[in-house]
Amino acid sequence: MWAYIIRRLLYSIPILLGVSFVVFALFNMVGGDPATLLLGKHATAERVEMVRAELGLDQPLPVQFGQYLKQIVTFDFGKSYTTREDIRQKVIDGIGPTLSLTVPAFALTTIISLLIGLMVAYFRGSMIDRISVVFFVLIMSLPALAYILFGQYILASKLGWFPISGYGSSLQEKFYYLGLPVLISIVLNLGSDIRFYRNSIIEEVTQDYVRTARAKGLSESYIYLKHVLKNSMIPVITYVVIQIPYLVLGSLLLESFFSIPGIGGMTVEAVNNSDFPMLKAMTTVISILYILTTVLTDILYYLLDPRMNFSKGK
Amino acid sequence: MWSIALKKVFSRKIPLVCAVVILFFVGIAFAAQFLGFASAWDTPVGAQYLPPAFSSFKMWFGTDILGRSVMYKTIQGTRVALSVGIITAVLSAPIGIVFGCVAGYFGGWIDDAIVWFIATLSSIPNILLLIAISYSMGRGMMAVYIALTATSWISLARILRGEVLKHKEKEYLVAAESMGVGHTQRIFKHLLPNVTHQIILSMTFMVEIAIRSEVLLSYLGLGVQNLPSWGKMIDDAKGELSTGVWWQLTAATVAMFFLMFAINILGDYVRDALDPRAHI
Repeated sequence: MWAYIIRRLLYSIPILLGVSFVVFALFNMVGGDPATLLLGKHATAERVEMVRAELGLDQPLPVQFGQYLKQIVTFDFGKSYTTREDIRQKVIDGIGPTLSLTVPAFALTTIISLLIGLMVAYFRGSMIDRISVVFFVLIMSLPALAYILFGQYILASKLGWFPISGYGSSLQEKFYYLGLPVLISIVLNLGSDIRFYRNSIIEEVTQDYVRTARAKGLSESYIYLKHVLKNSMIPVITYVVIQIPYLVLGSLLLESFFSIPGIGGMTVEAVNNSDFPMLKAMTTVISILYILTTVLTDILYYLLDPRMNFSKGK
Repeated sequence: MWSIALKKVFSRKIPLVCAVVILFFVGIAFAAQFLGFASAWDTPVGAQYLPPAFSSFKMWFGTDILGRSVMYKTIQGTRVALSVGIITAVLSAPIGIVFGCVAGYFGGWIDDAIVWFIATLSSIPNILLLIAISYSMGRGMMAVYIALTATSWISLARILRGEVLKHKEKEYLVAAESMGVGHTQRIFKHLLPNVTHQIILSMTFMVEIAIRSEVLLSYLGLGVQNLPSWGKMIDDAKGELSTGVWWQLTAATVAMFFLMFAINILGDYVRDALDPRAHI
């Protein structure tokens, strides 16, 4: 097992290098001049030069890349251009609010959709199944922004069931403010989750061993809860773990609409301000976190199913 | 296989209705693009924020902050949405096909290199990659196409690589090889027709994701600039809803909903018809 873990970790090094190169290429090589983007079209030439020097953009590209790699290794991304805050500190501060929105939403969505998925799979082919499939596609087909705007307007502003926006650090305040964003987040993800769970469960139900179990005279609920659920865990766990990296990213839209001071909201803010160092740092940090969690997924996978061979997979 | 599958899909009412809905949207987009339908979206047709009225076609969805017809804007938005969706799918499919087939077929270091490239790009969360590309390319339609294409081909390449690996050892390809058929012909003439359904499904999915992403990019101010899009209409609604102006948001939402719904349902039926295992 250790050999596998070490191999997997080593494998992520070229990916990490690749990601840093892509991000660097996008931000420092491909696009227009970041300093001009930052200052707008009407900035004077001296001002642009000053900002270029400040951001290290006047250096030759290899030097810039070296500086960028140093930033990654030391996890020190300098200061945000607009707010002058330390980016590292900002990111660390943002993780708490982001996770307190995404983790409960994610846990609830997974549990609810797994249960509904199991139920729908049980009734597969019947009217209940058909209607619910259509219903969940219907939920999925509405744009996310519409849920947020209508939800905030109707449930918070009109009916007053929830506060319109805000965030607090105490548990009580979290419950108070995060109710509506969590609810919207659940609705947003429910449709696709249920579809996925339903399909993976049905895939298992049609396997030979289920027929054998039925032939043995086992009860339907026993087959479902004991055999089918256990065997469909591999796709289910993959699906669940794949989403974990996104918990750190948070929801760009939900955070900015409900004024939750998290990573997603920060990213939106960085885009709105054309905050070059901030946006680059956010892209880098989140991608690294993503890579680390995929390593974790693969190890988890390996523990669950040692037949998985990563050199063949992917 | 195709004619049977198509017959199977369109002998049912629901997929037929979905196809009609999609064609309806395509027709509107076509008319807006080439026949100048609703091209007067930029000129005011009345006072600011007039509620929907059935007096004339252009007033059906009311007016916006500048007194422009929301109906016309929705129609222009359809054109933007469909061109973003279709262009993305058409541009990314060949890239995905070539990378996926080549990686799966040749294996070895070529495969390693492509897998590394795919793994690298997919290690950057999609939204961030989209933002980073459209940010660095400058705002506008071109940047949106490039960003969406750069992110969309990845999943198709990955799916095709897996499919090709499965097919590679099959008798028909081994037979073709023993008969002296070259690599290119083996890939494109023998292998590709067997994975076409995966390509079609992926492309449907790409259209959907591209239209959704356009909304997100527009909200961030990185989307289409000089044309009304559904994303921009929904973005405008941020401030409107609290003053009781609901029609612009509703029009864009409903338009997008019908298109997404039709694509989703039709995609499901096509997949079921093409997948022999799905008949339960």
